[in-house]
Amino acid sequence: MLSVEFLLNAITLGSLCALLALGLVIVYGILKLVNFAYGELIMITGYTLYLLNSAAPLPWLVMALIGVLVAMFTSYSTELVAFRPVRTKSLTAMLITSFAVSTLLQNAALLLISPRARAVPLPKLFSASVTILGIAIPWRNILTILTSLILLVGLTLLLKKTILGIALRAAADNFQMTRLMGVPANMVISAAFVLSGLMAGIVGLFWVGRTASVTPTIGGAPLLIAFVATVIGGMNSLVGAVVGGYIYGVIFSFLGVMLPQSLLDYREAFMFLVVILILLFRPEGLIRGAGTGERVG
Amino acid sequence: MLRVENLQASYGAILALKGISIEVNEGELVALIGVNGAGKTTLLSTIAGILRPISGKISFRGESLIGKSPEDIVRKGISLVPEGRDIFSSLTVEENLRMGAFVRRDRLEYQRDLEKIFALFPILKQRLNQLGGTLSGGEQQQLAIARALMSHPSLLMLDEPSLGLAPALVDQIFELITTLHQQGTTILLVEQNVDRTLEIADRVYLLQTGKVKFSGTAAEVRHQGEVEKVYLGGIE
Repeated sequence: MLSVEFLLNAITLGSLCALLALGLVIVYGILKLVNFAYGELIMITGYTLYLLNSAAPLPWLVMALIGVLVAMFTSYSTELVAFRPVRTKSLTAMLITSFAVSTLLQNAALLLISPRARAVPLPKLFSASVTILGIAIPWRNILTILTSLILLVGLTLLLKKTILGIALRAAADNFQMTRLMGVPANMVISAAFVLSGLMAGIVGLFWVGRTASVTPTIGGAPLLIAFVATVIGGMNSLVGAVVGGYIYGVIFSFLGVMLPQSLLDYREAFMFLVVILILLFRPEGLIRGAGTGERVG
Repeated sequence: MLRVENLQASYGAILALKGISIEVNEGELVALIGVNGAGKTTLLSTIAGILRPISGKISFRGESLIGKSPEDIVRKGISLVPEGRDIFSSLTVEENLRMGAFVRRDRLEYQRDLEKIFALFPILKQRLNQLGGTLSGGEQQQLAIARALMSHPSLLMLDEPSLGLAPALVDQIFELITTLHQQGTTILLVEQNVDRTLEIADRVYLLQTGKVKFSGTAAEVRHQGEVEKVYLGGIE
């Protein structure tokens, strides 16, 4: 049962979940805001692909790049227009604002494009597979895993080696103190939203690739996955987000193999059961984050 | 250098500063003393731009600081080491120091500054790759001061640097403050340890319930017996 195919599928899903969770946590760490408009960034990437393809079909890679850039820009803009004005008011105000942004974007897609699914262009490679040692491996899986690895390594280097990255980590640790170091508050927050948009955009390419279509409500499921993965891994840690993402992928795939056919529709319910069990024993998530482990001496 | 005039600020619903005026001149070590709730920390927070004052003036080298953000004020040369140290516990000691040098971009200068910091704080060199949160209280305090020094502040504000430290470490911190002062750093110090503070400060402001109760040189404060009145006589 624990075949190579199973493992590959689990890691593929896990990679997507890890990126999703990272994008959510990178903003949460600094603002303590669960951005409910996060899923809509995936929707935006999908519609950008659709619109570009119907207006002027470019090479897929170019369209994909534009799609990711649009997601990053949208993320940055929502911070500028919606979150920044209410940032100093209260966390509740920001949370409600994120619901508003989410609803606004969904309805814009509904009204301006269509409530029905729209076809998204995919590269030929996505439906091809390669046979290694007698096992057929879909290229889509390989690409997902490789892209995630590159992104994770890149993000790690950014966070560890650059002054902006260190400032981002410092801001997640202690935001006020970071400002007292002379780091502009707006700069780190904007950077966090841009990175969050990057994650959502890249996941978006693979996410819409699953069904080759995009709908106004496509962002709901990935938002929930990101949220659950961060709860498993720990909300205060970027490493936790990645770990939580991969665990989500593995458990979800495992349930798909384990559950009898008649219960397969209830896979999500079983998933939540596992989450509840994890939280019963580790309420802070599997990995404790920064700021909570302060030592007084 | 720093001039605060008739400053009023509230901390939550409480009016914590009720018209405070103080002045710090270039090269001075000025101390703020007074019991808990006198408004010392609120005053430092307001100067650093964390709290917005209700009324009054704050000027630094003739330039008003009112309405400026904390990040702008650091760039103007005022660095605050807050009470409770607030080092970045999930960052390494070196990353903490790099954050301290955020307003300075010169890579070579950064290396030179690090060497100077290691001369003042040898323990930090040994702990360079350790996470801030794993340091002891005294080491954290040294790191917090070192981090603030990395920005080359014209004015260093220290809030209760000896709080919660073992006596031997308290000595060490006071020696360090004296050294920094002798090297020409202008310092505004808030301390509970009044005796030790009077030994090293040039001038002292005695704060009581949000007002300046008395000010003068350390010797004057001692002779007037004002400190005893405030600390032992309770609150009016």
